Formats: sequence, structure tokens, C-alpha cells
Amino acid sequence: MIAGAYALASVLVFATAALLILVGAIGVIALKNPVHSALSLIMTLFGVAIAFVAQSADFLAAVQIIVYAGAIVVLFLFVIMFLGVDRREHVHVEPLVGQRAFAAVGAAITVGGLVVLMARSHWVTGAMSVSTKGVALATGQANVKQLGTAIFTTYLFAFEATAALLVIAVVGAVLLARRERSVHDEEVEVDA
Amino acid sequence: MNVPAAWYLILAAVLFGIGSFGLLTRRSALIMFMCIELMLNAVNLTFVTFSRTLSDVGGQASVFFVMVVAAAEVTVGLGIVVAVFRRRSSTSVDELSELKG
Repeated sequence: MIAGAYALASVLVFATAALLILVGAIGVIALKNPVHSALSLIMTLFGVAIAFVAQSADFLAAVQIIVYAGAIVVLFLFVIMFLGVDRREHVHVEPLVGQRAFAAVGAAITVGGLVVLMARSHWVTGAMSVSTKGVALATGQANVKQLGTAIFTTYLFAFEATAALLVIAVVGAVLLARRERSVHDEEVEVDA
Repeated sequence: MNVPAAWYLILAAVLFGIGSFGLLTRRSALIMFMCIELMLNAVNLTFVTFSRTLSDVGGQASVFFVMVVAAAEVTVGLGIVVAVFRRRSSTSVDELSELKG
């Protein structure tokens, strides 16, 4: 009956995306080995990319795969291998008594609150946005053009600010991860 | 016809809940970062869903900026993890309790 109301293809796409997202997310928090968690994270990110494509956010789906699955998870794996922390964490030890129960209650309240808010609010009215003057969201190449136009006109200042943010992040990461040199080395460098 | 927006919103809420549960229970700093990524992705999914529902590309632009900030956050965060690991030989956040009152 669900497939009758909505196109079978979109229901199947949603089911696939939901399965990938939820199995991957549970894998991230349940697996003991950090490497396995990182691989589970890739599964979730692919599921989110499928959900993006299904909702005509084609450019973001590509960026999701390239930046998240391609760069961020590789960065995670690189640090895991670099530090050699791919040992199993003792997930069954509970240093704070009742931590898990409180966390479960907190997560349940969060999810329940969000779902109740969604069910009772009237945010999704179906009204067209005024900023796009009723132009429908495009898919494919037109989506890239639409998003590019928005970023380079309406959100230009924010876009420029991200450039500064990325430079600061790179400098900060180099500064943090750099090996401390001895005082003698630094003196020599200053003299030179 | 596409599936209703509420399905994707509930999926995003559940993903956010799983991420927050993992953040509260796991003690390896690396896994906690991955849980933050899960929560950020849940928010991104919500943005894209509302973007589709309201036919406004602004939601997708927000996701773009969230991705940039997430990349910067992971870079600095992993730098901090590496710096902490050099001193403590562990990424467990339980061992970083020297500021405890």
C-alpha cells in the first residue's frame, strides 16, 4: 500500500539509504576496533549521499563522497594507523556507573523530542521560498549552477570566510601535530 | 511521487540519536569524533530535506558550509588527538582528567 501511494523506485531508494545509514551508524558506535568503526562510517556517508541524490542535491552528494568518504575518513584511518591505536577498546567496562543508561535515556529524549516537534509543527507547508521566486529546485547539472549562483552571490561573504577558516585550520593542525624541537635547535634557527 | 519529507526527517533524527548515544558512551577520542560526524550528517540530511520541500537552494548552501566547517574541525581535532597521544600514549578521554576539581 505504501508502494501504491508513492513511486516504488523512491520507496526502494529511501529503504536502501535508511538501511545503509542505520547499519553504518550502529557499526560506528558498536564495533570495538576503531578501523572497523571508520569503515562503518563510510557506509553511513554513502547512505547519506544516496539520500542527497534522491532529494535532488546532486552536487552535495558528489562532495559528500569526495570530501567525507574520500578525505575525512582517510584522515581518520591515517591517524588511527599513525598512532597505532587500532587495539580493541574495552567497551564493556563502565567507569561511570549508569553512564550507558543515562546516555540511552538522553538519546531517546532527543529523538522523541525531534519526532514530536516534526509531527506537531507546521513547518512543511509546501509553500515555495520567496528567495528563489518560486523556481523549482533543479537536478543534475542545473543543480550545480543553482547552488553555485547562490554561494557566489547570496552567500559570498560566508564563502570568503570559509577560506580564512581553512587556512587557520591548516596552520593550527600543523602547529599541533608538529614535533617539539629542542631549545638548542630553535636557537640555531634564530641565529641563522 | 517522491516519499514524504517526514520519512527523511525521522531517519535524520534517529541518526542524530545514534550519534549522540555513541558520543556519550564511547571513550576513545577518535570514535567520539566519528560520532560527531554522524550527528553533522544527520543535520545535513535535514537541511537537504527541507531544501527539497521548500524548493530553496539555501538549505543546500548551508550543507556546503557545514561540510567545510566539519573538515576544518576534524583537521584540528585530529591534530589535538595526535598531540595528546604524544604525551599520554592513549586516546582515551578518561585519562585527561587533570583539570578535574
